[in-house]
Amino acid sequence: MKKKMRILWLSAISCNGNTHSFLNYPYMETFLDDFEFIYHPVIDSKYLLQDIVSKLISCDILLIEGAISREFKRADVSIVDIIEKYSKIVQKIVTVGTCATFGGIFRESGYKNTSGLHFDQEKQIENFKYLLDKTISISGCPIHPEVLVNTLYAIKKSTTLRLDGFLRPKAFYAYTVHNGCTRNEYFEYKVDNHKFGELEGCMYYEHGCQAPFTHGSCNKILWNEVNSKTRAGLPCMGCTEPSFPRQNLFSTKKNMSIPENLPVGVSKRAYLTLAGITKAFKIDRLEKKLFDD
Amino acid sequence: MLDKKKLKKEQIIQCALELFASRGFYSTTIPDIAKSLKMSVGNMYNYFKSKDILASEIIKYISIYLGEKLKEINEEDISTKEKTRKIVEMYFKTASLKPEMIDYFLRIYLSNREVFKDSCEGMLCVNEFVTEIMIYFEEGVKCGDLREQDFFSAFGLFMGYLGGMVFLKGENILPKDLNDYVEDITFNIYKALSAE
Ligand code: SF4
Ligand code: SF4
Repeated sequence: MKKKMRILWLSAISCNGNTHSFLNYPYMETFLDDFEFIYHPVIDSKYLLQDIVSKLISCDILLIEGAISREFKRADVSIVDIIEKYSKIVQKIVTVGTCATFGGIFRESGYKNTSGLHFDQEKQIENFKYLLDKTISISGCPIHPEVLVNTLYAIKKSTTLRLDGFLRPKAFYAYTVHNGCTRNEYFEYKVDNHKFGELEGCMYYEHGCQAPFTHGSCNKILWNEVNSKTRAGLPCMGCTEPSFPRQNLFSTKKNMSIPENLPVGVSKRAYLTLAGITKAFKIDRLEKKLFDD
Repeated sequence: MLDKKKLKKEQIIQCALELFASRGFYSTTIPDIAKSLKMSVGNMYNYFKSKDILASEIIKYISIYLGEKLKEINEEDISTKEKTRKIVEMYFKTASLKPEMIDYFLRIYLSNREVFKDSCEGMLCVNEFVTEIMIYFEEGVKCGDLREQDFFSAFGLFMGYLGGMVFLKGENILPKDLNDYVEDITFNIYKALSAE
């Protein structure tokens, strides 16, 4: 029998959303031929949480889901102590989701000093600094299962993953979610004509779409292999970014009609010049509903 | 070679501007402009294929001219109130030094929309100028000096006021020199736009 890689899936302050997203991975059987969980909060595994905290069970990869605070305990042991113990024996640590990476929504919880493993939003923290070289961040609320699984296979095959400043694999996070959106043409010609679920129009200007400055592959690696938020007609909420969740997710913050956040790498002057030019076009094909005759 | 052509174009634009201002837009013809430049009409058409094209090139030229001046002001590290004063000053200075430019903008571009409808849809021809005004507003709101509001109501207030004053001056109605109004006008505009 080929050797499976052993994974410990530790859940910290979490809603288990990443677990549920992971359970939608379509090729789970193949995955479980190559990897096994020594412990997972919802998947049957060999050991109990009690075993995990009382003994030191050998494993290769530590996955952390959820935000971290010293106060938070699993089986009566601080999550920080469990992480410290296992971090010594594993090859790699993967922060699964935006909470484990940046603090996410549970950063606002009642626990003191709650943050991600290495980052408190975009600020790098001192705790666990010595683990920086071992960690890979898979941000997202929730994570895309394929991004997690492909990262785990890269670890298994000892492929070197190039990481960005937040330790996210560039292969998945170098793009913006805007890349691959089926509404790009509407963005270019500034056609904003949107109700939730409508097929026409871009959601950047009026409805809070954060995709032009959100790093992720949502429109390149589709969800459930069929769709993405923006394709279906819901604005991207920027869930892979340290700033997630911001307030008023469905509105675009503007200063005297100019969006406060511009697409990555585009200067204000350039954006306004382009917008001024494209606004002059009236393209019937884009103004009309697609299926109205 | 290219520069020579550009220079010639600018000469034509300047001459056309002056003729439009003194004789009126509709009664000035391409042959009139050619004559005053001592050029043949045929050669004129090498530079501008029609009077309408010339008309929209002129407005672009003015927009770039004013846009550059505004950009300099926008890039200065000064308060929004200071910027407001500098913009008012710059606009009035242009109206005194190059009255034909502002005149063209107010009396020809804004009043003869049909001439510009094909080549200057929307605000395409005044893009450089409008972009800088937008940046002035955006930065003012962002730093908390100006009140968040619809762009056009703010734009109309600002430009309408300046245009109105220059128009009154053009009609010789203003009792004082334009520059004597800079302080008061800056105060009024800033007060109307400010967040306080
Ligand atoms: S809806 Fe969002 S992702 Fe799609 S084109 Fe517009 S800004 Fe980009
Ligand atoms: S589209 Fe945006 S909000 Fe939705 S999952 Fe992707 S990154 Fe997150």
